[in-house]
Amino acid sequence: MADVALKEPALRRSVFEGLPLASRAAAACALEPLPPATRLSVRGRPGVAEAAAGALGFPLPTDVCRAAEAGGRAALWLGPDEWLVIAPEAEAATLPAALETALAGVPHAVVDISHRNVALAVSGPAAAYVLNHGCPLDLSLSAFPVGMATRTILGKVEVVLWRTGPDSFRLECWRTFAEWVVAFLNEARREFD
Amino acid sequence: MLIIRCPICGDRPELEFRYGGEAHVARPAATEALDDQQVADRLYMRSNPKGLTVERWRHVHGCGRFFNAVRDTVSDFFVTTYKAGEPRPDLDALKKEAVR
Amino acid sequence: MSAPFRLPKGGRIDRQKPVRFTFDGVAYPGFEGDTLASALIASGVHLMGRSFKYHRPRGFLTAGPDEPNALVGVGATQDRYTPNLRAPVVELHDGLVAESQNRWPSLRFDAGAVNDLFSRFLPAGFYYKTFMWPKSFWKTVYEPKIRAMAGLGKAPTAPDADRYTQVYAHVDVLVVGAGPAGLAAALAAAESGRRVMLADEQPEVGGSLLHDVTATIEGRPAAAWVAETLAALKARGVQVLTRTTAFGYYPHNMLGLLERVTDHLANPDPKLPRERLWQVRAGEVVLATGAIERPLVFPENDRPGILLADAARAYANRWAASVGKRVVIATACDSAYRTALDLKAHGIDVAVVADMRPNPDGALVQAARAAGIRIEAGTAVTGTRGRLRVKAAHLGRLDGRGGAHAPEPVACDALLMCGGWTPTVHLFSQSRGKLRFDDALQAYVPSVSVEKERSAGACNGVFDLAAVLADGFAAGESAAKASRTRAPAARAFAVEGSDSTAGGHLGAVPHSRSPSAVKAFVDFQNDVTAKDLKLATREGLRSIEHVKRYTTTGMATDQGKTSNMNALGIVSDAIKSPIPQIGLTTFRAPYTPVTFGSFAGASRGDLFDPVRKTPSHAFAVERGAPFENVGQWKRAWWYPRAGEDQHAAVRREVKAMRSSVGMFDASTLGKIEVVGPDAAKFMELLYTNAWAKLGVGRCRYGVMLREDGFVMDDGVIGRLAADRFHVTTTTGGAPRVLNHMEDYLQTEFPHLDVWLTSVTEQWAVIAVQGPKARDVIAPLVDGIDLSPEAFPHMSVAEGRVCGVPARLFRVSFTGELGFEINVPADYGAAVWQAVFEAGQPYGITPYGTEAMHVARAEKGYIIVGQETDGTATPDDVGLSWAVGKAKPDFVGKRALARPSMAVADRKQLVGLLTEDPATVLEEGAQIVAEPDYHVPARMIGHVTSSYESPTLDRSIALAMVKGGRARIGETIHIPMPDRVIAAKVVEPVFYDHEGARLNG
Repeated sequence: MADVALKEPALRRSVFEGLPLASRAAAACALEPLPPATRLSVRGRPGVAEAAAGALGFPLPTDVCRAAEAGGRAALWLGPDEWLVIAPEAEAATLPAALETALAGVPHAVVDISHRNVALAVSGPAAAYVLNHGCPLDLSLSAFPVGMATRTILGKVEVVLWRTGPDSFRLECWRTFAEWVVAFLNEARREFD
Repeated sequence: MLIIRCPICGDRPELEFRYGGEAHVARPAATEALDDQQVADRLYMRSNPKGLTVERWRHVHGCGRFFNAVRDTVSDFFVTTYKAGEPRPDLDALKKEAVR
Repeated sequence: MSAPFRLPKGGRIDRQKPVRFTFDGVAYPGFEGDTLASALIASGVHLMGRSFKYHRPRGFLTAGPDEPNALVGVGATQDRYTPNLRAPVVELHDGLVAESQNRWPSLRFDAGAVNDLFSRFLPAGFYYKTFMWPKSFWKTVYEPKIRAMAGLGKAPTAPDADRYTQVYAHVDVLVVGAGPAGLAAALAAAESGRRVMLADEQPEVGGSLLHDVTATIEGRPAAAWVAETLAALKARGVQVLTRTTAFGYYPHNMLGLLERVTDHLANPDPKLPRERLWQVRAGEVVLATGAIERPLVFPENDRPGILLADAARAYANRWAASVGKRVVIATACDSAYRTALDLKAHGIDVAVVADMRPNPDGALVQAARAAGIRIEAGTAVTGTRGRLRVKAAHLGRLDGRGGAHAPEPVACDALLMCGGWTPTVHLFSQSRGKLRFDDALQAYVPSVSVEKERSAGACNGVFDLAAVLADGFAAGESAAKASRTRAPAARAFAVEGSDSTAGGHLGAVPHSRSPSAVKAFVDFQNDVTAKDLKLATREGLRSIEHVKRYTTTGMATDQGKTSNMNALGIVSDAIKSPIPQIGLTTFRAPYTPVTFGSFAGASRGDLFDPVRKTPSHAFAVERGAPFENVGQWKRAWWYPRAGEDQHAAVRREVKAMRSSVGMFDASTLGKIEVVGPDAAKFMELLYTNAWAKLGVGRCRYGVMLREDGFVMDDGVIGRLAADRFHVTTTTGGAPRVLNHMEDYLQTEFPHLDVWLTSVTEQWAVIAVQGPKARDVIAPLVDGIDLSPEAFPHMSVAEGRVCGVPARLFRVSFTGELGFEINVPADYGAAVWQAVFEAGQPYGITPYGTEAMHVARAEKGYIIVGQETDGTATPDDVGLSWAVGKAKPDFVGKRALARPSMAVADRKQLVGLLTEDPATVLEEGAQIVAEPDYHVPARMIGHVTSSYESPTLDRSIALAMVKGGRARIGETIHIPMPDRVIAAKVVEPVFYDHEGARLNG
C-alpha cells in the first residue's frame, strides 16, 4: 500500500469538487469553477511595475483597481505596491523564478499563493445583481467597468472581484471560504432557478 | 453605512474598512529617552474629544493601506482623509470650514 | 355569502376574482385587490382587537400603515405566522388565515377588559409608581405578571419556513413614495436619463390618487394619469418597486427598503424570497411620503366604527367597502367634506358634519351644503355610545370657553373624524434633517437637510394637488441635477377638482364632562389618553421626551403616527407653552415594523458563518470524529474507536503518539511569509527574539508582544532564505497578527523593504510526531536529508513530499521527535492519506486537538490565549529566555521596562499537582493560599490548563499564580463548591525536562 502511495504523485483535489454549481438559474447567473492557476503575490517598491514586464510580457498596472492581461497572464492591482498575478498552472515553477530575475534591481517580494486562492467565474445578465447580495460596491458598468479589479467583501468573506466582461466577473477567495461563497451565491440566484 | 474616502481607492463603503485607534500617537520606542509616565501616556492616554478627532483607519478589504482621517464625533461624519505619514491637518481651519 | 357593506360598483378590486379567507375562524368573502381590512369592512366587521392596556374593543382607525388598532396575526401554520400585522396593509389572497390578538378567551368577551373598569387605578406612570416595592418582588412577581399581560401578538413557535434575501443597489435618484409628488418627481428625474428607483409601500403606485375619483390631471381622471405615468416611467427604465417600504434612512444616503415579495400570493413560487431587503445607496433622494390624517381627541373616540374620514373615503372609493349605513362626520378640516360628498355619492347616509370651526367655508363646504348635507358649525363630539360598535355620537356646540353645551345624540353606525393632516416627516427626521414648525399649517415640516435629499408634496407641507405635482416635478429635477436648491418646476400640471385641506385641530377637543370620568384617546395603540398627558404635566414633566417616556405616548409599534401631534397639542395647552418650545420626539427607524427574517437575510443555517475545513476533514468525518470550533475552523477533536469515549480516545492517542507515532492536521495554524531585503530587520522589531543571526534552514520559537509589553502571539518561524521567513501564528490569532504586522510596517517602519503575505491557506500542514516519525515520512520525502545531523530539531527545508513541492519543518509541539509537512493545499488530502498509509506499519494514530493540548501541557508549552490573558509578560509565562535583551528596540520593549512589569508578585506560570492524583482541577478555578480561607478570600491565581495526563497517569495542571515561581514546593488550595482541593506548586514541565526526546 505504502509503496503505491510513494510512487504516485499526490493528486490535486479542488475545493469545488462536489459543490452544487449547476443550476437552472445559470441562464441568469452561471457559476463556474476556474481551473487551477499559478498565482503570485507580487509586491515591491516603485519600479517594480515596469521591471515585471521582463517576466510577464507587460508591466504591472499602476492605475488604481485595474487589471492588465496578455498572453494568458493577468496582473490585478490590489494596492499601491501589491499585485495579484494569475498565470497558467504550468508556470508554477518557472514564473516565480522569472519574476525574481526581472525584479532583481528593485526591492520586491514574490510569494506563491496558487493554492491559497480559488476562482469562480460569475457570469450572466444577473451576475452583478447576484453579487450585490453580498458585495456593497456599485457594480454598474459605469462605476465598475470591465477591467476593474479590487479586493472587497462578499457577505462575510473577503474576495477579489475582477470584471472580465460586461456580464462576467472573476471572483477569487481563499480556499476554505469557497464552500460558503458557492452556497451564498446559490442562495442569491435561487429566484432565477 | 458610511462612505469612507480611501486616499488611494476613493469612496468606498464602510464595510471594507477597519478602525485603528487615534492617529498621530507616537509609539514609545526603546531607543528614545522617555520616563515611565511618558510611556504610560503614549500607551494608554487618548484624547477622546467632542468634535473633530484624528483617527487611523485601514482599507483592510480593499487596498490594505492604513490612512488617517478627521472625523466629527458629534455628527459621525468624516471631514477628510489623508495618507499615513502626511502631517495632521489644521483642525481649527477645518472647523471653520465646516461652520461655513 | 354576499358582503353586506360591499358597494355595488366602483373600487379597484377585481370582482371577477373572489377569494375566501378566515378571521378568528370565521370564513369571509373578498376580492382580489382587497385588503384584510377592506374585506372585513365590506362584511360589516369592525371589531378587530382589544387595546393594549385597557383591553377595550377596537376597530379600524385608518386605511393604511399608520393603523394603531387593527393588529392581526396572519398565517395558517406556525412556521409562516406573523404577528402584529396591520390589517389595512394585509393584502387578501385565497386561503388567508388571520386572527385577532390581545384577547382572552375571545374577541367579543375578553377577561382583560377588567382593566378598563379599574382604569382609575392605572394612571400614567402606574408601573413606575406601583412596582417599586418590595424590591425583591420585581423579578419574582411583578415582572412575570406584567410580561404576561403586556405585549401584543404572540411570537410564532416554529422556525420561519420562508427565505429572505438582501441586496445592495445603487441609484442616482431614489424617490420614496409614488403618490402624485413621487410620480412627478420620478418623471422629472427619469427625463434626465439617470438611474432612478421609485419605491412605494402599496401594491400599486398612485398614493392618494388611488381613491380620488373627482380630480383630473391633464384632463384625465387621476387614476388614468397614474397608469399613463407608470407606463412612461417604466419605458424610461425607472425601477419601480411596489409593496416596498423605505423604513430607514441611514448615513450617506443609504436607505433600507423592505420589499414584500410573496405575502400577497396564495401559492407563492418557492424560489422567491418572502421579502427582499434593499440596501439602497442613492446619489440623491426625493422624499414624497405624503401626510397622515389626525384623529380628533374627544371622549370615547376609540369605539369600533370610529375611523378617520379619509380612510372611510378610501375604503369606499378604492375598495368599494362602506364603513356604515349612516355616518356622522366630525371635523376641523375641509378635507372631511370631500369624504361626506363621496360617501353620499355612494348612497351612504351622511347624518351630519360637525365642524369645530365656527364659520367653515370654502368650495368643499359649499358643495356639501349644496348637496343637502347637514352641517353643524362650531360643534364637536363630546362623547359616543356603543360597546362593540359605535351607536351614537353626542354632538355639543362649543361654548367658546373651553367647554361645550349639552349634547345632541345622533344615531350612527360609523363616526368619521378629521383633525387635519400631519406631514410624514419620519424619514426626513431619521436623516437628521432639521424640522421647523409651520404656524400656518400647524405642523412640523422639513427645513434644513443634512443628507442629499429633498421633500416634496404633502410631506413638505404642500397639499393642493397642482402644487403637489409641481413640487414633486421640481424636486425630481433638482435631484437629477444633484442641485441643493429647487428651481421652479419646468412643467406645470393642469389639475381640476383638487380639494382643500385647510383647517385642523391639535390637541384635545373641548367638552364639559368630568375629566376623570372620560377617556379621550391620543395614542390608541398604547392606550394613552388626554388625561394621562395632562397628569404628566401636572407631575412636572415639561420636555416632550420625558412626557413620552412617562406616558408611553408614541412609543408603540406605530411610533405615534396618528398621535404625536395631538400629544404635543395637549402638552402645549396644559403648560401654556407654544409647540416649538416643547420640541418633538425623535423619529427612529424603522418607519413601520420590519421582520427579523429580513434583517437576518441569508445569515442562518449553513450560511450563518463560513465554516472552514481542513484537508483531512473528510477523513475525520469518516471516522466519526467530533469537531472543535476554533474561530471559523472545524478541527478534529479526537478520533473515537468503537466503544471509546472522549477520555479513552484521547488517552490512546497521546500514548500512541509518545510510544510510536501520531499524525495531526495543523493546517489551521496561521502562516505569514515575510519577504524582502529587510525581512530580518522587520522580524527583529516585531518579535522579542533575535533573528539576524538565525541561519537559513533553521527555525526559532518567536514571541510577539503588543506595544504594552504583553504577549500577543507566538509560533515557530523558519528562515527559508536570507530575505524570506515562514512565520507561523496561533490558529485564532492569524488575522490579528497580520494586521498588527502590517500596521507597524506601514505606519512605524515604512522605510523597511519587506512585504507580508498570508499563506495560511496556501499550505496544508500535516504534523507527524513521535519516535517513529522519521521512519514514517522518510520514504515520502525527496531532496531533503532527514538525518539528525543534517536536519536537527528546529530545521526547515524545501523539497518534495509525495512528489509535490513541500516545506518540511522539524518542529514539535508534543515534546517528541516531530515533523510538519507543508504541501500546497490542493494536495493536502492526498498527502495526508499517503502519510496515514505509510504509517500503518508503525500503527500511526491520527490524533485530534484534545490530545495535542494534553501533550503540550505535559511539556509545559503554553497556548497564547489560554495561559495568557493579555496581561502576561514573557517573563510571567517563563519565556524571558526568548527576549533579546541586547536588541536596541522591538515592539513592547520599552513597556517591559516599566517598574510594574517586573514586580515580584506578578502572576507567573507554574505547574500544579493535586494531592489526590485522580482529581482533575477545573480550568478557570481560582486559587487561594490557605485552606481555611474567609470570604472575601484573597485570590492568588487561577488554573489555566488542566488534564488527566496519560503519560504521567495522573492529573496535571498549569496555573498563573502570584509570585508563583517562589512558591514552587508549596501547597496551595483551590476552593470548589463542595470542597477545597490541595495542590502542590511545581515546575511547569511534567515530562522529559531535558527535552531529550526532541532530538531522537
